[in-house]
Formats: sequence, C-alpha cells, structure tokens
Amino acid sequence: MTHAGATSAEALSVHALTTAAKDVLEGAFPKLWVRGEVSGYKQYPSGHWYFTLKDADAQIPAVVWKGATFKIRERPEDGLQVRALGQLTVWPASGKMQFVVTAIEADGEGLWQKRFDETKARLEKEGLLDPSRKRALPRFPRTVAVVTSAEGAALRDIVAVIRRRNAGVHIVVIPAAVQGEAAPASLIAALDRLARWVAGGAQWRGPALPTPEVLIIGRGGGSREDLWAFNDEQVARAIAACAIPTISAVGHETDVSIADLVADLRAATPSVAAEHAVAVLAEVRQQVAQLAGVMADGLQDRIDVARRDVDRHADALSRRSQLVVERRRARAARVADRLVRAVPRAVEVRKALVATASAKLSARSPLAVLERGFSVARGAKGETLGRRDAFTPGTSFELALRDGRVRAKTESVHADAPHLRTDA
Amino acid sequence: MTFEQTLARLEQIAAALDRDDLPLEEALKLFEEGIARLREASAALADADGKVRTLVEQAEGVFEVKE
Repeated sequence: MTHAGATSAEALSVHALTTAAKDVLEGAFPKLWVRGEVSGYKQYPSGHWYFTLKDADAQIPAVVWKGATFKIRERPEDGLQVRALGQLTVWPASGKMQFVVTAIEADGEGLWQKRFDETKARLEKEGLLDPSRKRALPRFPRTVAVVTSAEGAALRDIVAVIRRRNAGVHIVVIPAAVQGEAAPASLIAALDRLARWVAGGAQWRGPALPTPEVLIIGRGGGSREDLWAFNDEQVARAIAACAIPTISAVGHETDVSIADLVADLRAATPSVAAEHAVAVLAEVRQQVAQLAGVMADGLQDRIDVARRDVDRHADALSRRSQLVVERRRARAARVADRLVRAVPRAVEVRKALVATASAKLSARSPLAVLERGFSVARGAKGETLGRRDAFTPGTSFELALRDGRVRAKTESVHADAPHLRTDA
Repeated sequence: MTFEQTLARLEQIAAALDRDDLPLEEALKLFEEGIARLREASAALADADGKVRTLVEQAEGVFEVKE
C-alpha cells in the first residue's frame, strides 16, 4: 500500500502536508461548540479577533474573522467562560491547529452581566445612580415626551393609558430605534432633540406644543439582545442628563436595564410608566375642588375670627366711649356754666375794645391822610414811592387821591424840597 | 406659570388661609389671588383636547410636531 510521501523520493512539500492536515481535520470535525476560558484576547488592526481558548490542561488558538465579529455583540474578554461555535482547522502558514469561531455565548450570564456590571460600576462611581439624584415627577404634566419606536407596542400602550387617564394631556413622540446596532445612537439623538426643545433653543415650523414636563423612555419586551441598547453607557448618560424628570420602561417586569437605574423612576412596563406620568383627570379636578374648599373655609374661618375680634373691640370701644361722653358732657356743662356767667361782662369789654381799636386804626389809615388832601405815589407793583431815588425821569407812576387815581410820568427829579421848609 | 406651578401656588394659598394669624387684609388678598389661580387651573382642566404628535427635526434645530 502506498501513499503520498511514503518514500523519500515522494516527499511532500510542507504546504501539501498542512493542507492535507487541514482537509482531514475539517472533514473529521464538523462545526461544534467548545467550552473554555478566554485568554490573551487581541483585536488586530485588520479587524480580526485572536485569543486562546483554554482550560486547566489544554489550550487552542482561536480566531474570529472580521466578518463574523459583527454578529458577536460583546468582545470575548480575558477570563470569561464562554461557549464558542467554530470549526477546527489547521493554519498552514504556522502549521498550528486553530479554532475558527463564528459565535460566542458567555457561559451563564457571564458576558452580558460583566458588561452590565462594569457600566453600572462606572456610573455608580460618578454618583449617577445616587438615590439623592432622583427627582420627583410632576403630578400634572400638560405634555409628556415619549422616546421609543414609533411603531412599537410600547407607544400604543402608553398613548392608550394616558388618553384614558387624562385626554387633555399632550403626547409628543420622539421616535428612536430601540434595538439593533443603530439603537444607542438613535436614542441619544432623540434625547438630544428633547434637550434642545426643553432648553428653548429650537426654531419651530408651525405651532409648538407646551414644553414636556416628563419623559418616558423605553420599549416593550424582547430578548436580552433586543433590550441591550438600554444598557448602553452613553444612552444612560443622556438619560441622566435629561432636563426633565425621566421614567424608564424597558421590557417586562423582570428586565432591569442601566437606563432603569439612572432614570428618576423605573416602571415595570410602558403602561405602568404612563400611569406614573399622568394623573387621572377626575382626581386632579377633585384636588382642585378640594383646594378651593380649603381656601373658602380658611377665609371664612379667618373672617369669623376677625368678626369676633371686631365685636370684642366694639364692646370695649362702646364702653370706653360712654365714659368719654360722660366726661365730655360734664366738662361741657362746666364750660357752659362759666360762659353763662362770663358773657355779659365779656360783651361790654369787647364793645369797648372794638371802639378804641377802630379809633386807633382810623387814625393810622392812609385813607385818613388822603382825606386831609395828601396824595400817595405808587409804583407799578403798588409799592409806595416815598423817596426821591424811587423816581427816574420818564418812568410812570400812580397817584392815589382821596377820590381816585392819576397815571403820571416823572418829568425830572430835584434834590431841593422847598415845600418842606418851615422857615419860608 | 405651568399647571404644576399654579397648583403648587394654590396649595400654598390654601395653607396660608388655613392659619388664623394671617392679617385679614392679607387673607383677602390671597383669597383673591387664589380665585384667579383656581380659574386658571379649571381652564386648563377644561381643555380636554390633548394631542398625540410626533416631533420631527426638519433641519438642524428646526422642529415641527406632526400628527
């Protein structure tokens, strides 16, 4: 029996050998799952991933070609226990066995949990998960913003619940992809739009709705992979930075996402989120009516208190005023008494006073002087012009006489006064 | 003032009116304000025409809400 390389003359090339080995291995081993720990993981610039799969006693080099890496959500980090689906082969260039991996599952929760825990730890360290950061939800928002898929069941649930509770509340959907590669960026873009709206920096084409006062962000149930965008660190940061209170509602009751941890409130489902966001209109009305009642009662009580105060004061006042009146009456009586006795005498005194006063007055009256034939010169303002220097040639003045007035004009002014001489 | 703020103010007023030591003058003034706020609140509650809209960014920074 003869075979390739059986004799020295038929020696194979190395390439032929490794290629043959490759064919044999690939033929002998179909694609299969292998359990092991990741070690020495490295991503090459070419985009391929290289690592070693090992356990306590053995190891085998593994590779994920670039084209397959896109289907594997998380990188196989060192120390992770994984199950890898792959093909055992020989890499002719090195002559080594190699396991070509096309799918990786973390053993148990490993890979997902690890990433989740790491993200959570980073956010926690920055205080973004601190309970003191949680803001109270507005009790009666006029507008609710919803970041979710425009087509999802989550949106239908949210709208239905809000409409049922209060048909007056506006709902603004800011659509975003909620699963797939593009979901994190899409969610972040939607949150950014909301941020710019709330900050008031947006221009509007057509009428705007009132600025949202609360945000619901989330999606309906799905696989862990479907929900994964809500564990994205940047999405979580965008939620934490939201200017209005946030309610997260991701998947079902049992799904807890990073988004849930940073939101001000975690709702088990989108419907529950809607219930938290919007109060039942009838209850709001009742609350307003109650406030009106409290106000009215309060004021009524206050008025009653004031009325009692006034009554009390009025009583005191009337008692006091009676005293005052009596005192006044007594004083008035005394005064009247004195008056009665004083009046006759007072009248006589007054008469005498009036007589002397008028005599004195008439003696001093300039009218009396005029009566005796003198006149008085007055200036434009009615001032008496009694001295020479009050006159200047050309100026007008007035002469007041016993029986009238004369407008006069100064012709000339002289210093000598022959009319005052008594020796002439 | 948002509806939220209006209600908060109403609660404040109601609490203040519930006290006996408030001067009557002030109580009346508060009550008057309270009535005005109640009207605002009731008007807001009467508006039962909430809309469901989708926010669309037409261009960078230009928003529109669509049915």
